[in-house]
Amino acid sequence: MTCIPAATERSLGLVIDLDTCVGCQACVTSCKEWNTGGHMAPLTDMKPYGGGVDGVWFNRVHTLEHITDAGGRTVHFPRSCLHCAQPACVSVCPTGASYKRTSDGIVLVDEDKCIGCKLCSWACPYGAREFDVDVGVMKKCTLCVDRIYNEHLSVEDRVPACVAACPTGARHFGDLGDPNSAASILVEERGGVALMPELGYEPTNRYLPPRARSERAPKVAAAALEDAAPQGGFLGWVDRLLAR
Amino acid sequence: MHPAYSVIFFTTSTGAGYGLLALLGLMSLLGVLPAGLWPVLAGLGLAFALIAGGLLSSTGHLGRPERAWRAFSQWRSSWLSREGVCAVLTFVPGTLFGLGWIVTQRPEGWVAVAGGGAALGAVATVYCTAMIYASLKPVAQWHSRFTLPGYLIFAAMSGLVLLNAVFAVFGQAASILSIAAAVLTLAGWAWKRATWQHDDALNLPATANSATGLAGGRVQSIEWPHSEENYLLKEMGFRVARKHRDRLRLIAQALAFAVPAALLAIAPLLPVPAAVAAGIVAALCQIAGLLVERWLFFADAKHTVMLYYGRT
Repeated sequence: MTCIPAATERSLGLVIDLDTCVGCQACVTSCKEWNTGGHMAPLTDMKPYGGGVDGVWFNRVHTLEHITDAGGRTVHFPRSCLHCAQPACVSVCPTGASYKRTSDGIVLVDEDKCIGCKLCSWACPYGAREFDVDVGVMKKCTLCVDRIYNEHLSVEDRVPACVAACPTGARHFGDLGDPNSAASILVEERGGVALMPELGYEPTNRYLPPRARSERAPKVAAAALEDAAPQGGFLGWVDRLLAR
Repeated sequence: MHPAYSVIFFTTSTGAGYGLLALLGLMSLLGVLPAGLWPVLAGLGLAFALIAGGLLSSTGHLGRPERAWRAFSQWRSSWLSREGVCAVLTFVPGTLFGLGWIVTQRPEGWVAVAGGGAALGAVATVYCTAMIYASLKPVAQWHSRFTLPGYLIFAAMSGLVLLNAVFAVFGQAASILSIAAAVLTLAGWAWKRATWQHDDALNLPATANSATGLAGGRVQSIEWPHSEENYLLKEMGFRVARKHRDRLRLIAQALAFAVPAALLAIAPLLPVPAAVAAGIVAALCQIAGLLVERWLFFADAKHTVMLYYGRT
């Protein structure tokens, strides 16, 4: 049923550190690689080798510039499903294909029930859902349900593919409903924020804002390079000889 | 938002069809339908043709139309599902009303009650259609107090203009219908102008700052995650009609409101054949204008996801 559960036992989600994300796209490709063979497979690509390439991705990294009085800063911004507590994408679904799990709060699509009406993608303010024109159904981030509970994987690998791939540790996975989880503590320490809170979707994922500028950085620009000073000795003789 | 042809046709066609059905049903409940088989039967036939055609076309934008039956299941939470349920349920009193009319040809007893039931179902269905859009928070132009009354007014307006045309064709032309249709058309015009005025002053319901969690200052996109248009840009970032918005608004106002209102207002003064022609032209003209209006309803609407792309 597409009614939203009043509460979930856990609220699994991601914490994304905008301070350390370097925009390398490793999470994007890793997500695609895992999920095109995973729970919501395939993540179809249309015309992948020509012009007009288009395809389904669960995770996309935007590059933004944040301009404040302190100056401009480049921010790489990964965008994926936030597994909201009030996911309107679920309540608008006419078929029951979209659902939010009471056990862990993950928002999923049952591909066998989806009629491809696209209304859920309109209801999502974050653009988390992408339509697969080839299969005719809506697709979205599964928080790697087929990894995080997968007993065939070693324990340290039971995290979403994007988290496992991140080379700078900018992505964290955990239970954001538990205030004592490592993810929740990190959010608390770094002042993590929810996206578009004014719309009332109550997203689970949190974004850690970039840290304040470091005071250790040089405040004065280095002096410009000057011509090499004339030297005596052998090198001075070579210099004079070659300068003729 | 991308204006899918099937959805534009669906909302316009079923709006007019349900408006026509509701008016016929209401008139039967009030006992003011003209006696005789053909005027009412033709009106009902046209209403059902518009409704059925619209409902069939609405499956045209589905990725998996063969599963459309599943859409009747989630009426507890989904306005789209409720719309489907209401649409199907309305066929029950609607069909009884039609059959009863064929048998009795009088708006009395159970036939009148069936007509009332059909009218109720028709209003409920249009209400659900409007709420599909009015409930979407990411689109400020839709999540507005203008959306629901707009759908109801346009359904009643186009239904009445069609009713006037059908009755005129079958020799039941009535000045009061024509004048009422003109007045409702003017009311629709005023509502649309007020809606546009409201929409033009609207901002997105979020900002690039709140969308990215980057407080203060200004956030701008310097690189997209992809080099080509993706689903989000095609579906939520549609811009073609916005470019021609002012001209399309003029066309919509002329076709949907100004011309039909003028024709309907002068029709009672004309000799019968000319009055019939005026009624028919007014109806066709208005439907064409409403299709343009509905195109703008989608194409003009802006979605918050474009904040991430800096395309707003």
